Amino acid sequence: MLRYLGKRFLLILPTIFVPLILVFLLLRLSPGDPAGMMLGDQATAEQIAALRTQLGLDQPIFVQFLLWLKGIVTLDLGNSIFFREPVMQIIPRYAGVTILLTLVALTLAVLIGVSMGLISAMNRNKPIDRGVVTTAVLGISLPEFWFALLLIFLFAVTLRWFPVAGYNPPSAGIVAFAATIFMPAMALGVRQSALMTRMMRSSMLDVLNEPYITTARAQGLPESTVIGRYAMRTAAMPVITVAGLSAGYMLGGAVTIEIIFALPGLGRMLVEAVGRRDYPLVEGGVLTISLVLAVLNLAIDLIYAILDPRIRYQ
Amino acid sequence: MTLTQATSPDRLPGGDEEAFVTTNKTVWQRLLANPTAMASIVMLAILTLSAVLAPLLAPGNPLRVSPADRFIPPGAEHFFGTDNLGRDMFKMVLHGGRTSLFVGLVVTAISMSIAVVLGAISGFYRQVDVVLMRLVDGLMAFPGIVLATAAAGIMGPSMTTVITSLSIVLIAPSLRVVRGQVLVIRELQMIEAARAVGVPTLRLFTRYILPAVSSPILVQASFIFSAAVLGEAGLSFIGVGIGPKELSWGNALTEARNYIAQAPWIVLFPGLALMLTILALNLLGDSLRDILDPRLARRR
Repeated sequence: MLRYLGKRFLLILPTIFVPLILVFLLLRLSPGDPAGMMLGDQATAEQIAALRTQLGLDQPIFVQFLLWLKGIVTLDLGNSIFFREPVMQIIPRYAGVTILLTLVALTLAVLIGVSMGLISAMNRNKPIDRGVVTTAVLGISLPEFWFALLLIFLFAVTLRWFPVAGYNPPSAGIVAFAATIFMPAMALGVRQSALMTRMMRSSMLDVLNEPYITTARAQGLPESTVIGRYAMRTAAMPVITVAGLSAGYMLGGAVTIEIIFALPGLGRMLVEAVGRRDYPLVEGGVLTISLVLAVLNLAIDLIYAILDPRIRYQ
Repeated sequence: MTLTQATSPDRLPGGDEEAFVTTNKTVWQRLLANPTAMASIVMLAILTLSAVLAPLLAPGNPLRVSPADRFIPPGAEHFFGTDNLGRDMFKMVLHGGRTSLFVGLVVTAISMSIAVVLGAISGFYRQVDVVLMRLVDGLMAFPGIVLATAAAGIMGPSMTTVITSLSIVLIAPSLRVVRGQVLVIRELQMIEAARAVGVPTLRLFTRYILPAVSSPILVQASFIFSAAVLGEAGLSFIGVGIGPKELSWGNALTEARNYIAQAPWIVLFPGLALMLTILALNLLGDSLRDILDPRLARRR
């Protein structure tokens, strides 16, 4: 198990560094002087030169890269140009919202996906199965930002159940929190729940054809045990894989959703930071998303290894 | 969608090498016989035609502001109604489709071409493969839209930016699919035989490998197309896409969200066009996969 974990850790490194290096190169190689752009038209040549030195932009790109790498390893991400405070202090304020949003959306997606997939597989080729399959195909094609607008129209404008936008942290009470997180989480989770429905359905249909399920039934085990204890465990494996990919996708999709619902999350912060050319904050945001994803993928791998002992010993 | 593409060697139909060489004719015949595929092709044809013929079907500048005609509901004069600036939504949707589909087409062409070349190299040279696959891991684990947002923000919103950043992001999943196929095919006897008689590597690739991987590439391309259209819409929607002077479905929705209570139709129609396009592309990809890979189809 330890060896397996060690191997997994090594494989995580590229997933953290590839996006970071890409963003680093984009920032450094894009036309125009970042220092000049950050300071605006009124800046004097001295001010620009001073900022260039401060940001290390007057160094050769290789030295810049090493400095930047050192910053990451020592967890010193520099100061935000706009907020004038350390990036390391700004990020946590925003990251929490995005992580919560992703978790709620993922939970919704898994709950909907697994139950719909199960219902569909158990009623194969009956009207309910066809209904679920058709809905899933539509769901996969639903752009989440458009679905978010439709949700706002239905729940906020017409029914007036939830506020149009805004955010209440969980500390404001669970009801207040739920009222502001439900629509964003639904919008973010809908495509993924449709994907999981399809995955769960096809993997359940596969498993139900396995001889060991026939054996379990022949032994007279109640159907709830056959499905719940025997079939579900195997059928869940591909769904867990999809859940891992979904979480990554949702962290990305959160950008649009956070903007629509005015949630103070990482995605919105990132877009605003990009707009303000606040490069240290952009790099910090990308690093945070990479790290969250890496941790998440590791967690998925662990769940996998726990569910399927064969993986541990490969 | 693109992430769920199965590429394991177990897709090999019992070592039957003939099965890999699928001529265009049979694929077409089978597509025509498949109702879902036909429906999606018809949908795509209508969407493409209405985008191409937009200047004829809805003449005039779609961005022309007409303050007297604000918020007119859909009707005989304005099929899809008008928006907050009095612009005709029917025109906006038709002309917006030109941008959306164009970006989708170009991104698919660029990312698939690069993926095919790199995938072939990766499948043949182990040293390159190790490096490339770690890069792909990194790119695939990270949400593409965030990368594209950062890229678009840094390079400034423009069509070139959108096409560049989406192409980079979408190379990774396609590269993995192509490489997986190349790995399977290079082990076939026909390749071994070709190598034994001294066929040069480049020729081996163009004459033997490429035809054999064309079916999965076709399937992948339809999913990449849909991801690109969706990506462009998302980026344009949050304002880091094609820029405010151009028109696309995503762009049309940006301002629409502020008027959703007064004029829901300005949100409805661009989104509907977007969804239909993605639906058609996904259905086409699904049915292509079913046709080209009967083993997978049986499970559905």
